[in-house]
Amino acid sequence: MKENLFIQAARRPLGLAAMITLGVLYLVAIFAPFIAPYQTQTQQLQKTYHPPTGLTWQDGRLQVKVYEQVDPTVYEPIPGGAAPIRFFARGFEYKILGLIPWDRHLFLVEAPERIYLLGSDSTGRDVFSRLLYGAQISLSIGLIGITITMTFGFLIGSLAGYFGGWVDNAAMRLVELLMAIPGLYLLLALRSAFAAHVPSDQMYLLIVIILAFIGWAATARIIRGMSLSLRQRQFVLAAEVLGQSTWKILTRHILPNTFSYLIVAATLSIPAYILGEAALSFLGLGIQEPSASWGLMLSQAQDSKVFMMNLWWLLIPGAAIFVTVIAYNVLGDVLRDIVDPKMKVQSR
Amino acid sequence: MKPEPASSQPLLDVRNLEITFHGRDGAMKAVDNISFAIEKGETLAVVGESGSGKSVTALAMTQLLPPPPVCRVGGNIFFEGLDLLQLRQRELRRFRGKEIAYIFQEPSTSLNPVFTVGNQIAEAVKLHRPEVNDVTAEVIRALDLVKIRDPDKRHKDYPHQLSGGMQQRVMIAMALACHPKLLVADEPTTALDVTIQAQIMDLLKELKTKLGMSVLMITHNFGIVNGFAEKVVVMFRGKIVEAGETQSVLRNPQHPYTKALIACIPRLGVKQQRLTTIDYATLG
Repeated sequence: MKENLFIQAARRPLGLAAMITLGVLYLVAIFAPFIAPYQTQTQQLQKTYHPPTGLTWQDGRLQVKVYEQVDPTVYEPIPGGAAPIRFFARGFEYKILGLIPWDRHLFLVEAPERIYLLGSDSTGRDVFSRLLYGAQISLSIGLIGITITMTFGFLIGSLAGYFGGWVDNAAMRLVELLMAIPGLYLLLALRSAFAAHVPSDQMYLLIVIILAFIGWAATARIIRGMSLSLRQRQFVLAAEVLGQSTWKILTRHILPNTFSYLIVAATLSIPAYILGEAALSFLGLGIQEPSASWGLMLSQAQDSKVFMMNLWWLLIPGAAIFVTVIAYNVLGDVLRDIVDPKMKVQSR
Repeated sequence: MKPEPASSQPLLDVRNLEITFHGRDGAMKAVDNISFAIEKGETLAVVGESGSGKSVTALAMTQLLPPPPVCRVGGNIFFEGLDLLQLRQRELRRFRGKEIAYIFQEPSTSLNPVFTVGNQIAEAVKLHRPEVNDVTAEVIRALDLVKIRDPDKRHKDYPHQLSGGMQQRVMIAMALACHPKLLVADEPTTALDVTIQAQIMDLLKELKTKLGMSVLMITHNFGIVNGFAEKVVVMFRGKIVEAGETQSVLRNPQHPYTKALIACIPRLGVKQQRLTTIDYATLG
């Protein structure tokens, strides 16, 4: 059923495009340390707000242009000046997938020159490198968050629908309470319930938990409806008269029958997690400097300087969020079209 | 068939069963003080129209009705001398499927659409007969028993790949896989067309003699009772209005409702402008 769903989605052009986009994004995030020329916290205070470096073909190899600072934030390329790009060069040490230590990088230039594919920010950090590292956080938060949400949503929803009565009442009133509070306020309120400054890795966990706590309600309500209707189906009664335990009935009979819905719902709600993390980080309540996340990087773009001096490259994290969210939504739409029973020939 | 001398008690003994549903607008008595018994190896048919309380009676035997505030069950149901209504859910699970198995009216909805039929029969076998090592062989044997052709291929089929009659055979195979002592067949042929009905009834008849189990047959169709059940109970509006040997009830019905029901069986060769219906005004 589930392999089928993704294979079917890959047959549709939109679905395939979305899956390829997401695949590339996640691959880039996984291999961020290898592709990124610099670490997230490497500063270069002489080169703040450096524009994206141009590439030239000189002396038979690919080189980057060298710039000189004519004004504190205005850079001009030096005519004829260039620094060669070295591929698979040695740079800072890292661990591939957190396991194998290595120090090779896809491309680097000889110090003291620096390569800024997407410019530099207010402390001279490479936006491109930070974008890649930020992807690790921004992209994984959705996946982990949705896993927790769907697990809770399914457990609470299916138990409520299966048992009915006071279990159902209690669960659904709780769901309504959570859904009645506007999401962003609840997010901020929950965030302020914890310490203002916590280490980055704990903060990551905190954000995931907060987002999952807000998100499970909607899933639970729909799963509750589905399990209520599945409960009336005869195969559930048949499993019951066979003497199956409640847990077995939930996992063997209710879960597989709600699975396609769960996949579609998960795909469609991952963007909310990415945006939620971005919103928290943007407001300075999420991931803290010097770690990178897309929302955090975007908060730098609030500076009026960005508009006054046309520092457009600082808005690129926004474009990354945009592309990711669109890709997830398109994929979710395609999956929903496949799963939607109205689109299918009725089997019985 | 052959009553065991040691145990004088019947396999199933239902005494003064009362089932009441409590809704928003008061209580509704679905079953009112009924009693009947089934001996080992015997077949009892419960006949009655929709809403007469037949299915509810069947479900009450293993406490499958909603829990107390909604539905209250009174009386006793003794299975081999043990009152099933006093057992807790956990203890009951030992009886469900293992001692008392069910088959339902609608085979297409009784099977989970996302699993193969073999998988679903295997589930029953694994649950109640953990001693079986080769589950697949047991599944194939069960399918063979209900006369499904090529059981070694068919057990990998999904329910939608089978016809209604085959689905009902699979349900029977699933019910019989754990060798129950009592099979409750809740209108097993209602959703099937007439030729398949006959095949399923023949199959059930053959299997009950072969396996020596008791059958509680629930139906609204007097036509299939004859030649299948030794005893019959006629239910009307939650009460038993007539009970006895099938032959004598069919030949010499006492209650006006039974007479009306029997009169409703269409007869071959008889010319009728309209089919006979039951005139409820005369029944009170």
